[in-house]
Parts: sequence; C-alpha cells; structure tokens
Amino acid sequence: MAPDATPDEPETGAGAPVAPRIVPVTTTLGPLRPTATSGQPADAFVEYCLRLADDRLVLGHRLSEWCGHAPILEEDIALANIALDLIGQAEAFFSVAAEAEGRGRTPDDFAYFRDDVAFRNAMLCELPNGDFGVTIARQFLWTALQVPFTKALSAASHAQLAGAAAKAHKEHVYHLRHAADWVLKLGDGTPESHARVQAALDGLWPYTDELFYADGVDAAVAALVGAPVVTALREDWARTVEAVLRQATLSVPVADWTPAGGRLGRHTEHLGHMLAEMQSLARAHPGAQW
Amino acid sequence: MYGANVETAADRKAPAPVEDPALLAEFQARIDRGESIEPKDWMPARYRRQLVRMMSQHAHSEIVGMLPEGNWITRAPNLRRKMALIAKVQDEAGHGHYIYCGTETLGVSRDELVDDLLAGRAKYSQIFNYPTLTWADIGVIGWFVDGAAIVNQTVLAKASYGPYARAMIRICKEENFHKRQGFEICAVLSQGTDAQREMLQDAVNRWWWPSLMMFGPSDTDSPNSRDLLAWRIKRFTNDELRQRFVNLTVPQAQAIGVRLPDPDLRYDADTQNWVFGEIDWAEFWAVVNGNGPCNRERLAARNKAHADGAWVRQAATAYAAKRAGAPRDGGSTAAA
Repeated sequence: MAPDATPDEPETGAGAPVAPRIVPVTTTLGPLRPTATSGQPADAFVEYCLRLADDRLVLGHRLSEWCGHAPILEEDIALANIALDLIGQAEAFFSVAAEAEGRGRTPDDFAYFRDDVAFRNAMLCELPNGDFGVTIARQFLWTALQVPFTKALSAASHAQLAGAAAKAHKEHVYHLRHAADWVLKLGDGTPESHARVQAALDGLWPYTDELFYADGVDAAVAALVGAPVVTALREDWARTVEAVLRQATLSVPVADWTPAGGRLGRHTEHLGHMLAEMQSLARAHPGAQW
Repeated sequence: MYGANVETAADRKAPAPVEDPALLAEFQARIDRGESIEPKDWMPARYRRQLVRMMSQHAHSEIVGMLPEGNWITRAPNLRRKMALIAKVQDEAGHGHYIYCGTETLGVSRDELVDDLLAGRAKYSQIFNYPTLTWADIGVIGWFVDGAAIVNQTVLAKASYGPYARAMIRICKEENFHKRQGFEICAVLSQGTDAQREMLQDAVNRWWWPSLMMFGPSDTDSPNSRDLLAWRIKRFTNDELRQRFVNLTVPQAQAIGVRLPDPDLRYDADTQNWVFGEIDWAEFWAVVNGNGPCNRERLAARNKAHADGAWVRQAATAYAAKRAGAPRDGGSTAAA
C-alpha cells in the first residue's frame, strides 16, 4: 500500500511525502512596514505627546478607582480631584497629538480605541492601586518628575504643547504637595504605616527607571520645539525624592532590576485589564454618540 | 442628591424632653418671624434631634451615593463623560463633608455619625440601594434622583436652621448642574442607536418609582410632619414635594420621548397636576429596613473602605501628635 499522501499537518505540509513549497511571508502580507507597535513611530512629535497623555490618562484612571473607597472622606475628594486634573491634562495632550497627526483622530479615539500595545505610558502608571501606601508612593514618585518636567516643557516653542504643559505644571505643584505630605505622614506615622509605605516604595522603585527612558523621539522633539529630554531631570528628581524620604524616616530603595518597555508599548499584564474595563462601553457601541 | 428623611420606630420611641414653655414660645415666635436659628441659640431638644437626624441622613446619603455612580467612572464612554462623572461624585463627597461639618454645629461629631452608618444604625436615602446596571442609569440618576433632591433642597434652603439652610444654597447650585448633565446624557441617548434608546427606557423603568419614593412616606404615615412644618425644618409635606417633582418631570420625559412606567399617569386640568398611580410602599419599607437589592453591598463597601483605611488614619493622627510635640503614640519609627 502506498504511503498516505495526506500530510500530518495540512496547514504546514509537515509529514507529507514531498517537501512543502515555502512561500515568503512578504508575498502573502505585502511589504513589511513599521506598525504602531513596532517601536518605529512615523511621527516623533505625535509619539512624544502620546507618551505624555497616556501617563496621565492611565494614572488618572487608576486614581479614579479610589472614588468612594478612600481611607478618609478628604481623600475621596483629593484623589478624585487629582484624577480629574490628570485626565484633563491627558485630553489636552491628546488634542495636540491629534492635530499634529492630522488623521482626524480625536482624544476619545486615542483613549478608547487603541489596544494596550499602542499605549505609551510608563508602566509605573498602570500598576494596580494596592493599598493607600502604594497609591501614594506611586503618585509621589511620578509627580516628583512631572513638576520640573512640565515646567521645562512650558518653555517649548510649540504654543499649544507649551500651554498644556504650563497648566499641568500648576496642578502638579499641588499634586506633589499632597503626595509628599502623605509620604511624611505614613513614613513618620505609626510602625505599621512606616512598614507599609516602605514596602510600597521598594516594590515601585524599579519602575522609576523607565520614567527616564529617552530615545530618538525625545531627541527629535527636543530639536524640533525645544522640549526637554527627561534624562536631564534625573538628578533634580532624585534630590526631591530623597529629601522627602529622608524627612519621612524612610530609606531610599535600591533597584535590583529595571523593567522597561512601556514607552514602546510593552506593558505589564495589568494595563490590558484596565483598558478592557475602561473601553468596554465605548467599544460595545461602535459609532455611537454619548 | 438626597430625598426626604425617614423617621424610624426607634426615633419615635425616644422620650420627649420637657421644655420651658416660655423659651419654647419665644423660639416659636422667632421661627414665625422667619429668623434663622444659629448654633449657639437656644433650641428645643427635639428640634436639635430632628435636625441631627435629618442632616446626618443627608450626609450619609451623599457618601453612600458615591458608590452607585462611582460604579461607572471606570467605564464612562468618553473622556468628557468620565470627567463630568468624577467631578459629580467628587461633589457628592464634598456635600457629605460639608453637611457632616454642619451637623457638628449641633454637637455631634462626624466620627459618631460615621460609626452609626457603618454599624447599620443610621438611615440614608433608599434610592442608593438600587444597582446601576447600564450607562443610562447614570443619566437617569442625574435627571430623576438629583432632580428630586433639588425639589427637596430648594425648600430646605429656606429652613430655619442657619447652617443647614446655607449649606443647601451652595449644594443646590451643584445639584442643578448634576441634573443638567444627567438630563443631557438621557437626551443624547434618546437620539442614539436602538440599543441606546432601549438602555434609556429600561433605566427609566427601573428608577421612576424608587425616585418617587425618595420623598418619603405619604403624609398620612408621617406623624411628625406637623411639628417639622411648624419649626420650619420642613416647609412642604412629602406629598406636596412629590407632586411638584412629578409635574416638573413629566414634560421633560415627553420632550425626549421616553415613557414613564405608570399606566395611571394622567393630567388633571382642574388641579393642574399630573396624577400618578399607587406607590408600592411595601417595597419602600423593605428597602429602608435593609432589604433592598444593594443594602448589604453598600454597607459592606463602606465598612471595607473604613477598615482598610484604619492604618492610614492612625498614621495621620500619630504624625500630627508628633508634630504637636505630644508624647509619641505607638513607639518611635525612627529606628525602623
């Protein structure tokens, strides 16, 4: 009896008596181009704005999850307020991106109709809220950079970008005061609060390295409109953070690993779940007005 | 957002203190002249008790009310709606805070009131024991629930107790904004896809009757109404306010083409009122007495937030004590 001519795996031809014909992938898919997720952005300026906006949208969303569940009524109010500021800032930076991109996308399209791999936020922003200590530590570490960063960005030569940054800067000054105040209270409060906030800082610290990630996007936008390159602000950030931690009787953690990838769309698993919730209604009714 | 306060059997059983008739007469005369009563003024014990009950129920309602609406913050369908909803829920927190402070002027601390709420001893508006199932609920809550609250609070803004009346003026301004944004959500949905219109009608069907119940029991079942009216704690009866709400709301429903789920609803040309059907008071009392769809979850959520936050509040207290130079509480953390 002749051997069975049917291959073991019909799709690949494996196990067939004749070697399968190899079809180059380019003839089936067309020429390969950089995609939105391949880390080769077509437009550095748009990319730069999305990084700013996504940090704010994602972190603002996280803070909004506290609404109604905070440790004290004053914090329900404060965290909601900061969430509101951050989402408002995100919308402003999305608008700058949308106009620069010129493809008719709106801030809502950026927020609701991109998948996690297209998001450009630092991973620190997407990490789950944890206890109040984690939320405060995350907020403090991120905001301590935003204060000098938005100040520098407000001097950029792109009027709309600089304007959004200047408004954000005013808000971040208050946000930093709020977060630093709580780092002090928790660090120098009770043994339990000290231990909790120290553990939070230790766990989040490795993710701060990514806040200083810079690549060709930053260099291009610095050359284009005089926007700051974040690496130049690292010492400034460290001084602010270390001074507050010292005063709060907390120790400055040491990073034993430095996860990165958020700026190129390589995120933690948490972001997908967050977006699944955030985008669910908008995506369930494509084209609907709200 | 808040409806009428509910007096429970326990409230009614509290002994009525004997007041000096001369002081009582002078007090009543001040009320009748339209003067406002301020925290340091003499007031009958029962007046104080009624106000504490009413104001604390109002404050608790704002706090518990954050939960059903907060349920949609993370799923709001666009950035504008997301921000408006966060701002609204934040306003509710602010109202709660403001009214708790107002209640403190009557000699009751916020901690005591919060303890009562968490232990299930205090009442809050029954409306917040219903679930928010779709986005349309967020619109309908703004339209009906905040609309009902405005009807109530506009008259409370002229109530006799100064701190409460003044709080109401500020709160009403914000509630008006909430109602507008809620009605706008509904108006947009009513012009939307079939699915959106269905979502809206379903939400209206679910929230209409509970919203009418927000004004509290019928006057015939509200034995203290007479005293409350005489002291200008209340200015209209529950039924009068409920009727005003219905009269305001029916034309709004007609304007956006939604049906109100009441086959008996009809316009009476003589009284110029929209006459509505029978309210299911059994449902009202079931919800008030703890057996609404979400009573247990709401209370559990508040208790969890409070318990999870205990270490944070302790830290803040300990830190403040250290700054004030008071003896350290719980040992030094410097060596940790």
